Amino acid sequence: MLTWILRRILAVVPVLFGVTLAVFSMLFLVPGDPVKMMLAEFVTNPDQVAQMRAQLHLDEPILTQYGRFVGGALRGDLGMSIRSRRPVTTEIGENLASTAQLALAAMLVAIGLGVPLGLLAALSRNSWLDLASMGGALLGVSMPSFWLGLLLIFVFSLQLAWFPATGGGDLRHLVLPAVTLGMIAAAIIARLTRSSMLEVLGQDYVRTARAKGLGGFSVVVRHALKNALIPIITIFGLQFGNLLAGAVIVETVFSRPGLGRLIVGGILNKDFPLVQGVVLFVATVYVLINVLVDVAYAYADPRIRFTRA
Amino acid sequence: MRQLGLARRLARHRGAAVGLLILGALALMALAAPWLAPRDPIRTAPRAALQAPGGAYWLGSDQLGRDVASRVLHGARISLTVGVIAVTIAVVIGAPIGLVAGFYGGRLDALVMRVMDVLLAFPGILLALAIVSVLTPGLTNVMIAVGLSAVPTYARLVRGSVLSARENLYVEAARAIGSRDPAILARYILPNVVAPLVVTATLGLGTAILASAALSFLGLGSQPPQPEWGRMLSEGRDYLREAWWISTFPGLGIMLTVLGMNLLGDGLRDVLDPRLNT
Repeated sequence: MLTWILRRILAVVPVLFGVTLAVFSMLFLVPGDPVKMMLAEFVTNPDQVAQMRAQLHLDEPILTQYGRFVGGALRGDLGMSIRSRRPVTTEIGENLASTAQLALAAMLVAIGLGVPLGLLAALSRNSWLDLASMGGALLGVSMPSFWLGLLLIFVFSLQLAWFPATGGGDLRHLVLPAVTLGMIAAAIIARLTRSSMLEVLGQDYVRTARAKGLGGFSVVVRHALKNALIPIITIFGLQFGNLLAGAVIVETVFSRPGLGRLIVGGILNKDFPLVQGVVLFVATVYVLINVLVDVAYAYADPRIRFTRA
Repeated sequence: MRQLGLARRLARHRGAAVGLLILGALALMALAAPWLAPRDPIRTAPRAALQAPGGAYWLGSDQLGRDVASRVLHGARISLTVGVIAVTIAVVIGAPIGLVAGFYGGRLDALVMRVMDVLLAFPGILLALAIVSVLTPGLTNVMIAVGLSAVPTYARLVRGSVLSARENLYVEAARAIGSRDPAILARYILPNVVAPLVVTATLGLGTAILASAALSFLGLGSQPPQPEWGRMLSEGRDYLREAWWISTFPGLGIMLTVLGMNLLGDGLRDVLDPRLNT
């Protein structure tokens, strides 16, 4: 087990290396001169351009630049934002808690809504309940989060005045964004729970459990659901990444501080170091979370360790 | 003959039929927008600003007095075009990569798939965001960004299908009678790839339309005064209190389009590949 975990962690190193390379090369893929693009809205004389180039170390050989980028990233130094003139790491640190809070709350919404809904649908297969939950899930998958967010603001903030429409802060500010962000993941989890549950309910061991006289609840929860949830664990990692990325949109809808607002502002301001820093950070977190999910998966399903190792 | 069979089976599939109906209506709206739209979608009329739906403006007017109905109709054109172009970019680049990597295997395959793994390390819309930031915001660049960010999905999908198709006895037989690689690829491997590719591309259209609208909503895509659905939503956001209709109808447009694609995609999967049926 330990070797398997170690191997899985080591496998991440080349991916993260590739991620740094991809993020680093962003600056070189800009059509034209990135420095001039970043300075576009300001008075530009050759001195300023040269100064900026030196500040970003763009006057050095590429390999040196890349070494500096990776070395800095490993030490937690992602350079300076060219707009706020503050370290990118500081900017990320200030916005991280808000986004993490949102993503976790959205995950709770997704699981709390998705698993019971999928379970209900599977247990009442082909009934109106099944049809309604799966229809709802299909709507959820097709719903643009920014539209759902606006609808929720309209109903629950402007009409009913239950929750604040915008801003961050206390838990009341968290409810609408979390529901907005969690809804798509909830729909996906509901669909997966249903199909996984249907598959498990057809297995021999469920029939055995029923045959030995166990009641419906015991069979469903102890024998079926526990096994049906295993494949669902794998998509938690994927869904968590989608939640992190989806936060970009939801934070903008609700004017909520966070990494999403940070990166959108960075793109609009052509603040490349900031954009690169946030992209690198989010991708790294996503990759690491997937490792954790894999380890959890192997723990939950011993078959994985022996076949995939 | 087989085409007819497919069409008939799709029409019998309840979900797919509804999806086709929605998409057909939307495509008609998009094509006929210049004739159907009661007014110019771009011309402003400040005196007629923020009119409620009904009366002269069926779906109301926005903060600049533009007709929401006309803008939503023209928006269907933009969204469908953007979705189709983005998915085309993704398939045209991704499918050959997967085809070659899967067929030849070895070091080339390992290298290509490592690159795809790296690109897949950027979750959801993040890769598209990064690409837009490099290319600078705009609707054309959004199509490119959304398309490129979906390349790894198609490359992996096609590679997987090729890997399993390659093991078939008839491929070995073709090789034994001296067929060359390109002929084997085209005649024996490609047909196995098409079904999953069509299903994924249909579902991918919905995703691409959602992602493009999202980027426009964030202000990184279409620029004013273009009647693009995502952009209209972000403009309507500021008038939610006094004019809910500005953002509600374009949002409904996006949802119906994506719903249609999802229904059709799920239906296609059931019809084309019963093995994937869950």
